[in-house]
Order: sequence, then structure tokens, then C-alpha cells
Amino acid sequence: MLETYLNLVVKAIFVENMALAFFLGMCSFIAVSRKVDTAIGLGAAVIFVLSVTVPMNNLIYRYLLSDGALAWITPAFGDYDLSFLGFLTYIGTIAAMVQIVEMTLDRFMPQLHAALGVFLPLIAVNCAILGASLFMVERNYGLAESAVYGFGSGVGWALAIVALAGIRERLRYSNVPAGLRGLGITFILTGLMAIGFMAFGGVQL
Amino acid sequence: MAANARQALMDPLFNNNPIALQVLGICSALAVTTQMDTAFVMSIAVISVTALSSLFVSMLRNQIPTNIRIIVQLTIIASLVIVTDQILKAYVFEISKQLTVFVGLIITNCIIMGRAEAYAMQNPPALSLIDGIGNGLGYGLILMVTAFVRELLGFGSLFNKQVLPLAVEGGWYTPNGLMVLSPSAFFIIGGLIWALRAWKPEQNEAE
Repeated sequence: MLETYLNLVVKAIFVENMALAFFLGMCSFIAVSRKVDTAIGLGAAVIFVLSVTVPMNNLIYRYLLSDGALAWITPAFGDYDLSFLGFLTYIGTIAAMVQIVEMTLDRFMPQLHAALGVFLPLIAVNCAILGASLFMVERNYGLAESAVYGFGSGVGWALAIVALAGIRERLRYSNVPAGLRGLGITFILTGLMAIGFMAFGGVQL
Repeated sequence: MAANARQALMDPLFNNNPIALQVLGICSALAVTTQMDTAFVMSIAVISVTALSSLFVSMLRNQIPTNIRIIVQLTIIASLVIVTDQILKAYVFEISKQLTVFVGLIITNCIIMGRAEAYAMQNPPALSLIDGIGNGLGYGLILMVTAFVRELLGFGSLFNKQVLPLAVEGGWYTPNGLMVLSPSAFFIIGGLIWALRAWKPEQNEAE
């Protein structure tokens, strides 16, 4: 039983890395990877939000939206299939969760809140968060599995952005052709990192 | 008015491309570009969602309270994406299966939020609609060029029609396996950005 979960974490972090295998969360991945400090802050926030929203959306999907899920209220609701409302509900949950996390941090951990700054609200429109929820629905994970998967994919994304920020800090000392400076070279770097991560393909515990 | 409209439509294609200059909407762009038909359907879906969301946000721009505008915009966009998803499932089911979660991810495509926030909140509906179409086209352009290179070199075909005869079927072309895999998309877009900036050097970044 433990092995299944361990396998799922390893798969979510390395083999199916959100950023480098599925290209999710690319906008902030490229925009916020200039410095290692901010990358670590954003990575931590993404891990936290993913570990909370994926299991939340799992509960919502299984008890409210999926085919026949409403039968627990009265059997008469048994034939409703509300899964087409999925997108709207998941994004609502995510936006609400991000808001709650922001308020809690502001009240109880003002230092961390100040460090994360503007990145916290931006997480609501980070594709990696919504993507993890959609993958969870598509692969039919249970509650525990989805919690593990959310945590793992968050760690994978954070790992990738911190690594990219480290490389970009060193890159400042190299002489890049004028047209490739900034965005262009970052794309090519990400491509090379993605090739590196492909070496993990097929890893199983 | 006419000059404004032309500018809103044409600028995002080369001068202010959403992917190559504004760094928006890269998220869902890359995974759907292994084949041209999925890239084409994805571009059409994004163009229509961007255009309509800009139109609706602009029509409501004087009613939306500023402190809850993000959630209002997200609701408008999510509803449009649900409609798009249902239409794709009804008419091109095979392709919508290949696109998997990426149709849903149009919601968090930063181009749409970005245009709603930066343009549609300040401009009248007609101009916002044109701006939405222009930005969708700029996104679609990059998507189609990337998909063209990847499908031609990776499978030797275009829109699933064999163009280069494959070596395994008696032809001369050996497909390049790297083009099918995800990293190639990054290299192609990096190269496209380089080419665009060699043509228009004022887009170079000072670093």
C-alpha cells in the first residue's frame, strides 16, 4: 500500500514533472525564475496550494459532480451528471483557496506573506494548479491518492523552477547572442532540462 | 477608428506577439503541437475564447467592481471554455480526446486573462473583440509554425497526409524522434523568438 503512494510521488516529481513534461505553469515558470530566492518562495506556495486544492476538488468531484454522485442526498437525484460544470467549479475552488491561504498567512505568518508578495494571488491562474486537478479527475484517483499526487506534483514544479533560476543566475556571466537574450535562451534552457528529466522515464519503485 | 482597429488586429501577430514578446499563454501551447490538426483545433478554440471573453468583459467593464474583477473574469472565461469543450466533444470527438486536459487549461491561459485585464477593461467592446481575435491569431501563428516543423520532421506528414515517404515504408526519410518529444517544442520556439528578434531588433532584451 505504501509502495503505491511512494511510486505515485516519485512519478509526479520526476517522470511526469508538471513543468518539464507537461509544460504546465510555464508563464510564471519563465517570468519568475530570474532569482533563486523568489523561485523558492513561489515554489513553496505552489506546493502548499496544490496539496490542498487537489484533494478538495477530488471530494467535490466525487460527491457533487460525477455521474450519479448526488444520490447521497436523495435517490431521486441519482441520474444527474454535473461533470460538465467541472471547469467552473475547480477554478472557483482554487481561487477561493488561494484567497483563504493569503488571508491566513497575512494574519499568522506576516513575514512569509511579505516574502511571497504578489505571487500568491497569481497562483490562482497558474495552469499547474488547475492541470493537477484535471489530471486527478481524468485518472480517477481516490482521496488519499489525490493528496499524494497534489503534493508530489507541487514538489516537482518547485524543483524545476529552483533549478532553472539557479542556471539563469549563472547565465548572467555568459555572452548570449543579442536576439536570444532573456526569453529565447530561457526556452532553450528549459528544453535541455526537459531532456535531462527524460532520463527519469520508466523509474518505478 | 479604422486605424486603431487595424493596429489592434495586426500588432499581436509580429510586433507584440503574445508568446514571443509578452510571455503569455505558453502553458497549454506546447503540448498540443506534435501534430498540425490538434494545433489547428486548439488555435481555433483559443481564438474564439479570447475574442468572446474580451468582448463580454469589455461590455461589463463599467459594472464589474474592481476588487472582485479577477473572479468575475474567471467566471466569464470558464463558462466560455465549458461551451467550447462541449462543442469539441460533439463535433470533433477524436481530436478532443487527444487534447485531453488542455482544453480545460484554456481557462488559465494567461493570454485570455492578460487581454481581459490589460485591454478589455479600458476599451469599448468592438475594439476589444478585434484585439482578442488579433492576440488569438498571434498565438495560433506560433502554434501552427511549431506544429508544422514538429509534424514534418517527426512523422514526415502534414495534417496526417504523408509528405515525406518514410524509410520503413520504402521511402527515403527517417523520422527524427526528438521532434515527437516535448523538449523539441522549446527549441523550436526559442529559435522562432531568435528569428523574430533578428528581423525586429527593437524587441531585444537588455540583460
